[in-house]
Amino acid sequence: MEKENKDRTELGFFASLKEHPTTDEFVKGLWRENPVFVQVLGMCPVLAVSNTAENALAMGLATLFVLLMSNILVSSLRNFIPKQVRIASYILIIATFVTIIDYGIQAISVELHKSLGAFISLIVVNCLILSRAEAFASKNTVGKSILDALGMGLGFTFALFCLGLVREIFGNGSIFGVSVFSDNFQEWIIMILPAGGFFTLALWLLVFNYIKEKRTTA
Amino acid sequence: MSTVQTEHIIAPANSKKMLLAMVGIGILCAFLIVVTFELTLPRIEKNKAEALEKAIFKVLPGIVKKKTFQLDENNNFIDVSSEEKKTQVVYAGYDENDNLVGVAVEASGLGFADVLRVLYGYSPDKETIVGFYVLQSKETPGLGDKIEKDLDFLENFKALDVSLVDDNSRIKNKVVPVKKGTKVNPWEVDGITGATISSRAIGNILGASTENWIPIIYKNKNTFSAKE
Repeated sequence: MEKENKDRTELGFFASLKEHPTTDEFVKGLWRENPVFVQVLGMCPVLAVSNTAENALAMGLATLFVLLMSNILVSSLRNFIPKQVRIASYILIIATFVTIIDYGIQAISVELHKSLGAFISLIVVNCLILSRAEAFASKNTVGKSILDALGMGLGFTFALFCLGLVREIFGNGSIFGVSVFSDNFQEWIIMILPAGGFFTLALWLLVFNYIKEKRTTA
Repeated sequence: MSTVQTEHIIAPANSKKMLLAMVGIGILCAFLIVVTFELTLPRIEKNKAEALEKAIFKVLPGIVKKKTFQLDENNNFIDVSSEEKKTQVVYAGYDENDNLVGVAVEASGLGFADVLRVLYGYSPDKETIVGFYVLQSKETPGLGDKIEKDLDFLENFKALDVSLVDDNSRIKNKVVPVKKGTKVNPWEVDGITGATISSRAIGNILGASTENWIPIIYKNKNTFSAKE
């Protein structure tokens, strides 16, 4: 009798997994609802910090950490926070984790902090994080929110890296600081300047929408 | 896409609940920050001290050991190598025969974004700046941070002239920043295209700091070179 019960609950668990594929919460952020290429969220760091591949990657990972931690906390406190003060509460939580990662990076390496310090604090105002707290974590369980944060965070990191790579190649003639052209290569300074960020973003959006269109018509 | 839009009916405001939530989250966040700060502080201070130590060895090529000197009210330097919490200090570096190679001085000033902290090495024998390193900068990554990476710019600080007038009371020619490619005199700092403000800031920081420190250091150069 007991065994039968156990079997049923296990079956029920797998059935529920099929009915509500939680993996989708993770995968959607990577491609279908990519925060940069589809939702066009968090443009400030995307344009400002994507001038080299290394900066883009570091910024993406720092954002991923803050997104993950704030999603966990917002989701676990979702029944405790009254609607009227939710935004203030979310900002408080996000700012806390940004401060924590700022200290964390300083403790890991002064060198790393030197190259990131200027834009770590920018993460507080990244609307991607606030939007995930408001649109997802405040309405879903902690487990789902973790998957959502991981998917969105990795999708954001990927997009930032795509931009950083292109801008560094043309703007600096290098990939991760390693020169890829001969000395005669004249850097396109504009690619490192903010205008280059807009051009590159437009280019990637074009590529992504083209692929998406092809896939839907196929 | 089939997303179910759930209407959230906002209940009438309950001040007590709101206050409790905000204060509760505030306390939780404060607690998290304080704990992180306390946990990381020893590591951060150790890292910063190590970075400074490394920087001293970088700006004074060829040294094997260093001593810390503090400036007292009478403009004399005293050895404070064993003490902690120091202000108004310079770092003297020595080679393997205990000969003074140079003195490293910290300087700071406003850059394009926030304060720039730099360290430079001064050789009293050559009367030039022989090394330069940026300790702290929040300059725009990819543009302003070229002050740390641009090789042409760093070339400025291999032999930057800071020689004194005959009675050693002041610097003969103040260090000044100039536009990229227009450097003619050994006391000028050649700028960087695309990082004009940051590179000018470095020139001005060095100008102000050397004007103040170099005559005092030169006057006391025997204090530094005194062997144990």
